[in-house]
Amino acid sequence: MAAWLERNVPRILLAPSFLAVLVFVYGFIAWTAWVSMTRSRLLPKYEIEGFIQYERLFAAPRWDTAMNNLFIFGALFIVVSMLLGLLLAILLDQKIRTEGALRTIYLYPMALSMIVTGTAWKWIMNPGLGIEAMVRGWGFDEFAFDWVIDPDMAIYAIVVAAVWQASGFVMALFLAGLRSVDEEIIRAARVDGIPTWSIYSAIIIPSMAPIFLSAFIVLAHLAIKSFDLVIALTGGGPGYATDLPATYMYAMAFSRGDIGQAASSAMVMMTVVFAIVVPYLYSELRAKRG
Amino acid sequence: MVDATPAPLVNPRAGQVALRWLLFAILALFALFYLMPLFVMITTSLKSLDEIRSGSLVALPVQVTFEAWRTAWSSACSGIQCEGLRPYFWNSVALTVPAVAVSTLIGAVNGYVIAQWKFRGANLIFSLMLFGCFIPFQVVLLPMARTLGFMGVAGTIPGLIFVHVIYGIGFTTLFFRNYYVTIPVELVKAAKVDGAGFFRIFWSIFMPLSLPIMMVTVIWQFTQIWNDFLFGVSFSQAGTQPVTVALNNIVNSTTGVKEYNVNMAAAIIAAFPTLFVYAVAGKYFIRGLTAGSVKG
Amino acid sequence: MEAMLEIRNLDKSYGATEILKDINVSAEPGGFLVLVGPSGCGKSTLLNCIAGLESISGGSIHIGGRDMTHVSPKDRNIAMVFQSYALYPTMSVARNITFGMKVRGVDRATRASKLQDVARQLQIEQLLDRRPSQLSGGQRQRVAMGRALVRDPQLFLFDEPLSNLDAKLRVEMRLEIKKLHHDLGATMVYVTHDQIEAMTLATKIVVLKDGVVQQIGSPAEIYRRPANLFVADFMGSPAMNLIPARTSRESGGTRIEIERTGGAPVVLIDTRNGDLPEEVILGLRPEDIAEAGFRAGEEVQEVKCLIDMVEPAGADTFVVSRLAGRQVTARLHSETTAQPGSTLDLAFDLGKVSYFAQDTGERLN
Ligand SMILES: Nc1ncnc2c1ncn2[C@@H]1O[C@H](COP(=O)(O)OP(=O)(O)O)[C@@H](O)[C@H]1O
Ligand SMILES: [Mg+2]
Repeated sequence: MAAWLERNVPRILLAPSFLAVLVFVYGFIAWTAWVSMTRSRLLPKYEIEGFIQYERLFAAPRWDTAMNNLFIFGALFIVVSMLLGLLLAILLDQKIRTEGALRTIYLYPMALSMIVTGTAWKWIMNPGLGIEAMVRGWGFDEFAFDWVIDPDMAIYAIVVAAVWQASGFVMALFLAGLRSVDEEIIRAARVDGIPTWSIYSAIIIPSMAPIFLSAFIVLAHLAIKSFDLVIALTGGGPGYATDLPATYMYAMAFSRGDIGQAASSAMVMMTVVFAIVVPYLYSELRAKRG
Repeated sequence: MVDATPAPLVNPRAGQVALRWLLFAILALFALFYLMPLFVMITTSLKSLDEIRSGSLVALPVQVTFEAWRTAWSSACSGIQCEGLRPYFWNSVALTVPAVAVSTLIGAVNGYVIAQWKFRGANLIFSLMLFGCFIPFQVVLLPMARTLGFMGVAGTIPGLIFVHVIYGIGFTTLFFRNYYVTIPVELVKAAKVDGAGFFRIFWSIFMPLSLPIMMVTVIWQFTQIWNDFLFGVSFSQAGTQPVTVALNNIVNSTTGVKEYNVNMAAAIIAAFPTLFVYAVAGKYFIRGLTAGSVKG
Repeated sequence: MEAMLEIRNLDKSYGATEILKDINVSAEPGGFLVLVGPSGCGKSTLLNCIAGLESISGGSIHIGGRDMTHVSPKDRNIAMVFQSYALYPTMSVARNITFGMKVRGVDRATRASKLQDVARQLQIEQLLDRRPSQLSGGQRQRVAMGRALVRDPQLFLFDEPLSNLDAKLRVEMRLEIKKLHHDLGATMVYVTHDQIEAMTLATKIVVLKDGVVQQIGSPAEIYRRPANLFVADFMGSPAMNLIPARTSRESGGTRIEIERTGGAPVVLIDTRNGDLPEEVILGLRPEDIAEAGFRAGEEVQEVKCLIDMVEPAGADTFVVSRLAGRQVTARLHSETTAQPGSTLDLAFDLGKVSYFAQDTGERLN
């Protein structure tokens, strides 16, 4: 018995976590998937009815807006954060004496709650008292910056705040990547007289492909899950103008009492995330074993 | 990362001094961009409402007042309650501390098992946990709400702790596992020959080695849980909300005039613990971020 | 005399891949058993099986006459030194050495006195308070040895303990281990991929390849009479010359014919070995091919050879000539006047020759 126990301690210790993951991740996903196929409203029902919830979902204009927003927000957020992060990383890589301080400044937003970020930017972009008022105060009376209350522009306000928060993180990733390139290769290139910009474009950046991928995955993942920022910055408004799938799901689940819609929208979100993340993780895990 | 100082690719030769200045100017401009919101938050929180309405966003406060901070801390209204952030701040402390401690400990043991005591299926379990890190939590919100009710902890702090622990162990396990796989397996073998068992080896050999990854994990978990909003808003009720939820309520409270200075003070208060940790242990914070994404 | 270590019919597989196949090995008390083979052949796995760090799929392991097949490592009364030393990084040298005793509940006074004994023996007294990271490679190696010595076990296990040291230190430590073995009179099992280490240390060598034992014997046996082509090629440096040859029976003995391009075949007559198949591989160590006139004996036969390359190596000079498409190395004295491109009379000592079957590679004589 003692020997059996001794041999099996590792298994016994891992078992609770394994069970927890099985139940609270995979079991719950299954539950949500199940409920998304029912007519659940305020309370879950368990009779499978097919894809009615998905039909309702795809017919709902609000969901349409949410998906559109996700696309605009996600694309802009990812592209701008990556470009900005890469630019900052390359600039910081030029043996800047104040690199440590600058890096600290660029990265601190990542330590903040998105609610704080949203609150701050909501104030900064406040049309009456924020940037708009400030610039008008400088004499540009016609200046307008009212994105947060403009249904067509509000989503871009969210992009600004999100980029502000996450681009420093991308910078840190890229900087680590730039630094991990073999010093000797760079020396060899310089001995060969290759100009700086082509050292970057032909040698360093291509060798960072895995980091680009990682950054993309993380940002895409953040974009799809982003919820707090929208809530704090625009509350999904004006109207539903800045709804994202995450806020749609939340509204259905906790204020509209439409569990079926909440479940089906969550499943769509998960599908999108997994379509991006699964191939990535799969290849990562395989690469590690092989 | 900090002490790596590779030779500069742009050589500061005579003709390039100007370029160098341009570089600094651009970097400084970006620094302003990142600092501006923090600056505005601080200055706004120190102004009176009158000064806010009459002055510019970026102007320094003429008359520094801490009234907004007092209000934010102890009497700002969120909905019908007017107790400021204080009780919610302590809620966050009360849920973050145990949730971080428990999830870190579980992660350490899991990582130790997966990295050093491999058994058939351990890798599969690890993969399952890893995939679990990436799910959008919306997909577990509904069943978790019901489960918490079923367990009798709906709307309570222990309930929130439970949720944070469950969805935190994926990452904490990942951190520790990735750290412990870099430790040669011979160490465990040598200790086994020396007569030490599973726990002895963990305690005497691995724990003393784990300080850096412990820091990374604790800071990561602390930041995640303190800054969490989704679980907080979904699984708490009036008295048990964490500080992020309370902050959002105060800011979006529809009663009375909008007190921007109070909002900013409240935002800084809510952000303070994680900012503080970032300031004193930024190195570990960055390592956690990069480890959490570019998994080693 | 009963064996200190007795391995019978040991099998080991990871999943479907068989790593060790039907291993039968024993070590006498006080013996120095060396497991040698190319890297990846399963040496460490076998050592780990002996230590109980890996479970085995079949067979049995007896240590000191006791069946230890299913006994956990801590109860096998063994000590082990690892290639990476595996020192506990956060513990001082002293704690590294005494950790095992502490785990076993040995009292403080005994621990201290044993530590002192071992530290003196290994001359690491001044290092006891340091961390492993503050030690040089050689010092770490000593500490790892100390950790094993302090156990005073029935059986010492070494897994390539010297392979992380530089060449000079390696030779020094090799001598030291040999001396230690002599002084302690302990039984040791030693894994290495370095055949010189194997030759110098062992009282008994086990040659492994792909998890199969190729030959077991004393260093001299292994060197002089390799059991197959693999052993012949693996043991000895420079390696044994292995030359394809044709044989035929003649009145005086066996006629050996070796092809060579651009010349008549080399013909040798072996008067001792008969009954060889027509096609063989002839094996001669470089030192068994000398410059004509420097080697005498009934079986020595001289052949004129074209020299391709000359490699002076201090005490000796190696010359290479092409026979049957193979580079054949001869070990000459250092004053030789041999020049690349010139011809030289080489003396082949057929008294030392080995023959191997061309198809199976097994030894024939
Ligand atoms: N845990 C394991 N799982 C599967 N194969 C293994 C494992 N450990 C070792 N092997 C394989 O067993 C073989 C022998 O390994 P090893 O005993 O370390 O060789 P050596 O010490 O002779 O270099 C190698 O081919 C190796 O790939
Ligand atoms: Mg080995």
